[in-house]
Amino acid sequence: MTTSPVRPPQPRAVPAAPAWPDATGHFGVFGGRFVPEALIAALDELTEAYEAMRVDPVFLDEFAVLQRDYIGRPSVITEVPRFAEHCGGARVLLKREDLNHTGSHKINNVLGQALLTKRIGKTRVIAETGAGQHGVATATAAALMGLSCTVYMGEEDTRRQALNVARMRLLGAEVIPVTTGSRTLKDAINEAFRDWVTNVETTNYVFGTVAGPHPFPAMVRDFQRVIGDEAREQVLDREGRLPDAVLACVGGGSNAIGIFTAFVPDEGVRLVGLEAAGDGVETGRHAATITGGSPGVLHGARSYLLQDENGQTIESHSISAGLDYPGVGPEHSHLHDIGRAEYRPVTDAEAMEAFALLCRTEGIIPAIESAHALAGAMRLGRELGPDTLLLVNLSGRGDKDVETASRWFGLGDRTEVDPGPGLDTDQQPTEGAVAGDEAVAGRDAGEEA
Amino acid sequence: MSLLQQRIDAARAEERAALIAYLPVGYPDVDASIAAMVAAVEGGADGGGADVVEIGVPYSDPGMDGPVIQQAVDVAVRAGVGMRDVLRAVEAVAAAGAVPVVMSYWNPVERYGVERFAADLAAAGGAGAITPDLIPDEAGAWLAASEAAGLDRVFLVAPSSTDARLRSTVRACRGFVYAASTMGVTGTRATVGGAAERLVARTREAIADVGTALPVCVGLGVSDGNQAAQVAGFADGVIVGSAYVRTLLDGEGPDGVRRLSADLARGVRQRAAVRPSHA
Repeated sequence: MTTSPVRPPQPRAVPAAPAWPDATGHFGVFGGRFVPEALIAALDELTEAYEAMRVDPVFLDEFAVLQRDYIGRPSVITEVPRFAEHCGGARVLLKREDLNHTGSHKINNVLGQALLTKRIGKTRVIAETGAGQHGVATATAAALMGLSCTVYMGEEDTRRQALNVARMRLLGAEVIPVTTGSRTLKDAINEAFRDWVTNVETTNYVFGTVAGPHPFPAMVRDFQRVIGDEAREQVLDREGRLPDAVLACVGGGSNAIGIFTAFVPDEGVRLVGLEAAGDGVETGRHAATITGGSPGVLHGARSYLLQDENGQTIESHSISAGLDYPGVGPEHSHLHDIGRAEYRPVTDAEAMEAFALLCRTEGIIPAIESAHALAGAMRLGRELGPDTLLLVNLSGRGDKDVETASRWFGLGDRTEVDPGPGLDTDQQPTEGAVAGDEAVAGRDAGEEA
Repeated sequence: MSLLQQRIDAARAEERAALIAYLPVGYPDVDASIAAMVAAVEGGADGGGADVVEIGVPYSDPGMDGPVIQQAVDVAVRAGVGMRDVLRAVEAVAAAGAVPVVMSYWNPVERYGVERFAADLAAAGGAGAITPDLIPDEAGAWLAASEAAGLDRVFLVAPSSTDARLRSTVRACRGFVYAASTMGVTGTRATVGGAAERLVARTREAIADVGTALPVCVGLGVSDGNQAAQVAGFADGVIVGSAYVRTLLDGEGPDGVRRLSADLARGVRQRAAVRPSHA
């Protein structure tokens, strides 16, 4: 925990927040609150506390110290010229969220919400998780701040991701397997909401992404926007200009909103979200919510989602745990509809090609989620041509994905982890999950693309 | 005049509370679920059955429901049960002599089309809809469509609702106000605590404040005749869901539903004899 003698970092000037959401949490026609009345009081309490906290210098100092001393912010920018040779001559800069404590951008949000939990006097946090990544981040913050922590996780996922279950338990969290519905992330979210409505007097729900009812989409955005605030300044310092495009993967969309937000007012900067197309959007086995879905209501907000003709949620499919979610944050739906951001599908195969390429050209193993953004950069670079400047959010590191990658590339015999569906809305990789980076380098995958 | 309010007022005239039975369409299949709804209306040979049937629209993500209802609804979702089946159940319940009201999470209605839903529901003889994850603040399209079709719209209030929210919710309701007895999800409970009675009293104050005369019905937790009698001591209607679904999950079929309805119908008629517990 932080203590008062620590001098906080000097605040930087940051661009203003976008003009949305409105006072009741709407991003254009999206967002809002579609929840049982019983939760409204808790959401109002959270909104009020957050609004007070975000302008409270004591909180802001405490948060800034945590960002610097615990997460390791600011994260650096790395230029990747050997990778960029495969991007049509464009220059590529990576924002290195993979270097954060716990290995991804997830920790940015979780620490903010944990501080908020303490401020409103609650002693217990709950979270949903698919692969266990947001669960591990929440368990980490709970351990740091002395909060009790319960994580809901689909039963299938607790088996497949046994290592992360063990990590959460090491950190002192209780992990509850969810056996209802499709037993995936979306059912873990449902179960977390059921817990919350039952235990709301003592419990705060630490939501993992920029989805859910107001205030979660705005609050999680504000905790994640540090990514883009830093990156915009770093690119200006380094290049004397803004990037031509900013790219990020989109599941629920928190890392993408995090890096987009500072650039939204810069109309010359293209904002490109890469959705997980799984086997291909045309196959129906995908998680490309904006590309292949339609507007509706899921998990407390109106946004694009994957649904059938009866309005039932369709299960998503992606090799990437963190993008395997049938919904998306309402601000992304709004950015799409007003044409400020574009959303493109990236298949499993394209993402894995980019994954292997970054490993072999730059010595950086990305999270498979982030590899979708890298694949987007390869394509966009070829479209835009030489001398364009691309900024890619490397939202997490790929240690957690070594086993999945080994299976994909047919390397080695260690195939006990099944890279199935039903993981986090975004990712936060497992550190040191599986030793064996050499396995990935063992085959010439995708270099000639 | 609201179909729901008429029926609940008629029960009040008999010095009893109304019995409202929830059953989801499509468990164990569509026809059997409709047979169960009719059985709930018939009740026992000697006494009454359900006055109102709350016809559940299956939904893949029922965030307000406990494990019993989830289990049944999951079967219906997987079988592809849709609004057409729901409308068939509405017609059957109306023909059986009870007032049909649809209970739906919001996305299936939005997907079907709000105006189309209102028009088709009215044409099928439905009284209106209960919307557990739609608060009046987000209900603009539904308020307009239900108004145009002359349908009731039932929103929920909860123990955590502020007085201001009670007033704004009551103002948006037509038919009755659904008071969720406890903080939590659907499911049977050993006791329906004092929170329900306090909420009903607060809701009635809000109703008086806004100058309407809506009935207040209590749901969440009631499973047998004794609990129904307790709740009938302070509410205008008693809503029972999980206990009905439990009988179907246990394979007791329409006969089990009939027995449960008879027990509950006795309960809502004993309101004078049993005082509510203040557990």
